[in-house]
Amino acid sequence: MRSRGIYPFYFIIAVLVLYLTFFIIPSLSGIYFSFTDWSSYSDEINFIGFENFEKILSPDENYLGYIWNTFLFTFWTIILKTVFGLALALLLNEGVKRFVNGYRVLIYLPVVLPYLVVALIFRSILHPGNGLLNTFLHDIGLGALALPWLIDPRIAMYSVIGVDSWKGIGYIMVILLAGLQTIPKDYYEAAQIDGANAWHRFRYITIPMLMPALMIVTVLNVLYGLRVFDIIYALTNGGPGYATEVLSTEIFKAFSKGQFGLGTAVASILFVILVIAGYFVIRLMERQPDRQ
Amino acid sequence: MWRYMRAPAAHIAAFLASLIMIIPVYLITVNALKSTPEASSMSIALPSELHFDNFLIVIEKGKLVTSFLNSVLYASTATLIATLFSAMAAFAMSRRRTRLNRFLYFFLIMGIALPINFFTLTTMMQVTHLINTKLGIILLYAALQVPFSIFIMYGFMESIPRELDEAAIIDGCGPLQLFFRVILPLLKPVLVTAGILNFLNIWNDFMMPLYYLNSSSNWPMTLAVYNFFGQYQSSWNLVSADILLTIIPVIAIYLLGQRFILAGLTSGSVKG
Repeated sequence: MRSRGIYPFYFIIAVLVLYLTFFIIPSLSGIYFSFTDWSSYSDEINFIGFENFEKILSPDENYLGYIWNTFLFTFWTIILKTVFGLALALLLNEGVKRFVNGYRVLIYLPVVLPYLVVALIFRSILHPGNGLLNTFLHDIGLGALALPWLIDPRIAMYSVIGVDSWKGIGYIMVILLAGLQTIPKDYYEAAQIDGANAWHRFRYITIPMLMPALMIVTVLNVLYGLRVFDIIYALTNGGPGYATEVLSTEIFKAFSKGQFGLGTAVASILFVILVIAGYFVIRLMERQPDRQ
Repeated sequence: MWRYMRAPAAHIAAFLASLIMIIPVYLITVNALKSTPEASSMSIALPSELHFDNFLIVIEKGKLVTSFLNSVLYASTATLIATLFSAMAAFAMSRRRTRLNRFLYFFLIMGIALPINFFTLTTMMQVTHLINTKLGIILLYAALQVPFSIFIMYGFMESIPRELDEAAIIDGCGPLQLFFRVILPLLKPVLVTAGILNFLNIWNDFMMPLYYLNSSSNWPMTLAVYNFFGQYQSSWNLVSADILLTIIPVIAIYLLGQRFILAGLTSGSVKG
């Protein structure tokens, strides 16, 4: 009784109202509307069963391609960000003794820039004719590698993945660096005395001890990758053709075209995937042993 | 041999990585000061003469004063609302761990993962008369920042001794007085961290105004830049100047608050 008086329920009400109004009620009612023909052309909303979902899953439409692109983007950004983020974290943790904070501040810088701005700058850098990247490749004699990065449908997705990874590496590095710093130094010393070489120390001490941080990094990247919008919208807007179209950019297009029922069906699919992912994230975050 | 080479080699690698990360900002800075023909190739060369007038042109043509004030208004008020209310909720839920409160905590931080349904959210904004209004976008931004704010504050609460609560209550404080007079000042580190992260997230966002603000007089800087880019694509010096003015506040806050940002990230994700 007493603690209810000191920590009253009304402390929680403001955030609950905001959260329910802008997140939960729209998402749950969206599941209902995904079974309707809701559109901007008609005031009438009719129940149409699974028609929207049949359309999305039909091989005659492009939606399966957008789902595939979303997974492709998520998969490759996870790999690139984790590999480079880990390499840089190791570099700053073990290789460099001085200016660690200076390097960390600079490498993290792209993370705080708006996606929109990053996309606009890279539209210039990746320009096929006079962009900085191709000019540089020509100057060092690698002109053959100077590709039409955002224009060729076969490589546009990978260019987008590259830009996004460039922006996100610093974030992953900082989390992994913090994880590395929690590994006691004597583990390495003991292993060294027992004759373990650098690879063995990395494989049998660093990786297992870093597992919790690597898991966190992976789920954060999954959540980000499945919802990605800004960087693709501003870099290619899903083009050329549909080469870089993902679920969120398609949702925006359905929104602009007034296809609300169909769009909300796509959004509901994303919602269900992310609820499942979110459940695992929460379980994972709660299991952190050294939670304060 | 490797032992002596190791430190310099590591510095070279770290230096190159840092260079790759800051080149785009450098590129924007030098090109913002060039003439239009000189900036057309967006090269890394320094400007042959400094065109500070680019900034004046951009501020006038890009309506940057209005959009700057909008961004400041949205980011600061939404940050304040989200940070304060999240702190209150995290305090109550962390101190009084009933079944309901445990459930509400998980329910709220689930929002870290959830996508927004823009279609039904539009209806919600229409029903509440918040669509295309400044108040609407502020409340929406505040709501979006709640889950992560609660997540990083909840863990921090345990570092504040419960004895303080009891002492304050014995001294005659009510719950509100206890929170605002005793607890809030002790939350300063985590409030600053959450505040900075929320502010930057909102400042950098451009999806919400894209969906929910149709009048250009309400646009924040990101959307104004995007629109400016559409009109002046061939004048990279002006686009660069516009971009630079948009990211200067972000970089300034980052450099001043980097200690808090990095602390927040690691406490939120590694240590919990």
